[in-house]
Amino acid sequence: MPKANALEIKNLHKSFKSGFLGKKIKVLKGISLDVKKGEIFGYLGPNGAGKTTTLKCILGLLFPDKGTINIFGYGHLSTQSKQKTGFLPENPYFYDYLTASEFLNFYSKLFHKQKTQNPDALLNLVGLKDNSTTQLRKFSKGMLQRIALAQALLNDPELVLLDEPLGGLDPIGRKEIRDIILDLKQKGKTVFLSSHILQDIEMICDRVAILVNGSLVNQGRLDELVSQEILFTEITVSKIDRRELEKFGKTLTHYGNKSLMQIYDQDKVDEILQFIKEKKGEVHSLIPRTQTLEDIFVGMVKQK
Amino acid sequence: MKIRAVALNTFKEAIRDRILYLLLFFAAVSFILSRLLSLLTVGDKTKIIIDAGLSSLSIFGVLMAILMGTGLVYKEIDKKTVYTLLSKPISRNQFILGKFLGLIITLFIMLLVMTAIFFIIILLHSGTISWKLFVSLGFVFLELCLITSVALLFSCFSTPILSSIFSLSFYLIGHLSWGLETLIKKMSPGITKILTQVAYTLLPDLENFNFKTEVVHNLPIQPEMFLFSFFYGITYTFFILMLAMLVFRKRDFI
Repeated sequence: MPKANALEIKNLHKSFKSGFLGKKIKVLKGISLDVKKGEIFGYLGPNGAGKTTTLKCILGLLFPDKGTINIFGYGHLSTQSKQKTGFLPENPYFYDYLTASEFLNFYSKLFHKQKTQNPDALLNLVGLKDNSTTQLRKFSKGMLQRIALAQALLNDPELVLLDEPLGGLDPIGRKEIRDIILDLKQKGKTVFLSSHILQDIEMICDRVAILVNGSLVNQGRLDELVSQEILFTEITVSKIDRRELEKFGKTLTHYGNKSLMQIYDQDKVDEILQFIKEKKGEVHSLIPRTQTLEDIFVGMVKQK
Repeated sequence: MKIRAVALNTFKEAIRDRILYLLLFFAAVSFILSRLLSLLTVGDKTKIIIDAGLSSLSIFGVLMAILMGTGLVYKEIDKKTVYTLLSKPISRNQFILGKFLGLIITLFIMLLVMTAIFFIIILLHSGTISWKLFVSLGFVFLELCLITSVALLFSCFSTPILSSIFSLSFYLIGHLSWGLETLIKKMSPGITKILTQVAYTLLPDLENFNFKTEVVHNLPIQPEMFLFSFFYGITYTFFILMLAMLVFRKRDFI
């Protein structure tokens, strides 16, 4: 089925029973989305929005009340769809008595006749080459995240589902994982990435969907969602008395002889630059701030 | 292949469990105690060693099956290892079968070790081992398979502590339900007799696996009794395993 989307979710509903009386709590309220082949799709939402529940439904760990899920045109519970999928859970935990190498070998046997990637090559890819004989109980949180990514890539999947893949990683680790995700896209793989770290999503995703309280409030291409209009300009100035600068905008901070100003009116930016030149002041930085995904996200969550 | 992979991993996990070795140690101690007990007894000392030894073997085997079996699936869900495992192309039934077989392999090895110690003690005392002892041990193993499937079933939806209580209750009821059979014979026809008969049919009768009397007193083992017990064990285990698969197949992993 070459024309099928990598992932198609239609009208997905899921509720859980809670308490002694079994009161129903609706977690997903009719989610519909398509993930196209070869794109990195960001699935955004605050804590408790239903991101992990959606992922669990896709993987068949939860049974939806209503709705359909297809992976490359196959039902999400079929062997064909599972053979094409890789999954990295949030806060991964594995069999701590196994070594990294034993663990990958065990999981590779679950694919039976399907060809899997070489465990050593995968350990090398995720930066755990020197820890192949270390028991997983001795792994740090970041190392567990890496081995979790390695197991998700074992079957060289066409669709990679990542639940908070950058959580618990240091800045270097985050960059490395981001690079691996971008590399997957280069290889034509599709990545479905659930996260609330907007900065990372903004850096790597082609399209995003925003989930709030179990409903999708927006979805589309990042450049369509985020306006390029300048919201305000931040400028750092020195050698000028800050009281003289206050007529141009708001002073955010003042340290030493430097002042950080926030200017909303674009005309005032030209004026302040002229003023600084006349007063023989110095401009240390000038940053026009456009709308970010965070602005959109916070706005929508508040609105909901 | 997939079932084998899960079974092997379960075996690796179970064999690392310290409780297994603790039970093995106590089993060995109880075999030695049975030898000491025989010294205090008037009559055939070998009978006492075999009787007490077989009982210890059965009890410690059952304890191993329950204590490890009840945690089998629960641990996978609690520690969320089941999330990544079931996201691979393995069915839930294959997972349950793998878990069951993994523990059965572990119990088989433990039973072999316990039997080896038991046989050494018998050989040191009498110098011979009756073939009937092997039959009896075979049925102890069959009983362990059934208890494991029960523990696995409870483990699919309950916590290890509750599952252990349920499984132990199953074991105790199973060894006491034969009393109902005697009761039915003495009851006059009526609704009470029918209800007792239904209860007897539904409740497990684990005395079917008890061939201790035949071994200890060297009585003949009737082929029909042997075959009935064998098929009873296989069918019951199969039924409970099916039930465990059904429960596991329907459950959500929240």
